[in-house]
Amino acid sequence: MNIPAELKYSKSHEWVKMDGDVAVIGISDFAQDALGDVVFINLPAEGDEVTAGEALGDVESVKAVSDVICPVSGTICEVNEALADAPETLNSDPYGAWIIKVSPVTDTEELLDAAAYEAHCAQEG
Amino acid sequence: MEKKTPLYQTHIDMGGKIVEFGGFLMPVQYPTGVIAEHMAVREKAGLFDVSHMGELRLKGPDAVANVQKIITADISGMKDGDIKYSMFCNEAGGIIDDFIVYRCAADDYWLVVNAGNREKDAAWVESHLSGDVDYRDEGNDWGQLALQGPKSQEIMKKLCDEQYLPAKYYTFIDNVPLNLGDHTIHALVSQTGYTGEFGYEIYCKAEDTVDLWKALLKAGEEFGLIPCGLGARDTLRLEASMPLYGHEMNDEITPKMAGLPCKLTGKDFIGRDALVALGAPKMKRIGMKVVGRGIVREHCDLYTMEGEKIGWASSGTFAPFIGCGVAMGYIPVEDIEIGKHLNADVRGRMVELEIVPMPFYKLDR
Repeated sequence: MNIPAELKYSKSHEWVKMDGDVAVIGISDFAQDALGDVVFINLPAEGDEVTAGEALGDVESVKAVSDVICPVSGTICEVNEALADAPETLNSDPYGAWIIKVSPVTDTEELLDAAAYEAHCAQEG
Repeated sequence: MEKKTPLYQTHIDMGGKIVEFGGFLMPVQYPTGVIAEHMAVREKAGLFDVSHMGELRLKGPDAVANVQKIITADISGMKDGDIKYSMFCNEAGGIIDDFIVYRCAADDYWLVVNAGNREKDAAWVESHLSGDVDYRDEGNDWGQLALQGPKSQEIMKKLCDEQYLPAKYYTFIDNVPLNLGDHTIHALVSQTGYTGEFGYEIYCKAEDTVDLWKALLKAGEEFGLIPCGLGARDTLRLEASMPLYGHEMNDEITPKMAGLPCKLTGKDFIGRDALVALGAPKMKRIGMKVVGRGIVREHCDLYTMEGEKIGWASSGTFAPFIGCGVAMGYIPVEDIEIGKHLNADVRGRMVELEIVPMPFYKLDR
């Protein structure tokens, strides 16, 4: 299970990277593995408000649908529209295939560092 | 307490992701993933553990009469080695289960039933037995593997001579000697399957299942054979528009609603009178392709484009080979028109579909 050390993670398996005051958000390797082949992603829009702990959209694999829970509150400043036509990149490159960028960030959930997230995954898996 | 097939530990050793299905712990996929497994069956070959299915045998002087009474299909025209698809109906004409029936001999019939309905079916059959018939639930005696895909025959020919492979769809050969390398086992081989692809289902003694699985994977390696889980089994059958009990059928849906063969003239069977009285069905099964953005699955309500709720989706998924979302469902007969668009409520969002002919994918046999 790949868990880059420089990222932060939510208990619901999203990752967050702070680029200055922009939060870059995606789903972890654990999440894409649990989902299976992703065939569709329901993306939010630029300008949408997001709230920490609430769904920002969902991803569909062949067998199930799963909410992506936003780890931060704020305004979406950029959406990775390329994912709409190539949702499978979430499986092949979960840390490169960011989903949304949020700025300004007004609130964050409690986030785990890589070591704590690894322990959390070990418990769940 | 979930049951296990003889291959349970093998699935785990091979990295299978185990889920509960029909009371059994089964692999939903292997590390290859559902899409790769689906494509393997369409392009090369895939191997499925289907040992969770049930087997019921009726034998003896009154076997024919017993079977004729409880199933919709007429078995009187069958020869040894023939197979027929059929259903049990209840007194109201609703479907109890669908299955395939094998004629092993003039007085020996073998029903292969859905895993999830094994107890229900056994109780139904037992409660209707009469006369001189020997009934046996053989579910625990057999292992069953499905080898499906264009390379299936070449793979089987590495284990047995071609004369032992059933040449026609829906026929079988019993007591086929299969050379597993260091020893030979005997199995029943039928040209059947639930994928819409050419292939075989192989029934062996439960204790031979693991050896057979391993021998087939080894023989098939050069052809690209991979093990496949229930996830791909579902996407394959849906892509081929094959109905699944619990989705397209249940005990409130009649054969005619589901578009399944059921002759009402001819022999009598339980439910026939009710089906005759019901006449033409008011709701019928349709096939749809998703033209909007999203995937429509079971339980989604179906609407006309004008916003009237008219039916429901019974199954749906992304179909990897044809490359789009597909679904099956039920709407009123008067609303059915090929090419017509409908909307499905997918978690609060409307996704557009088009009614298309079934099957979505068809093999030229």
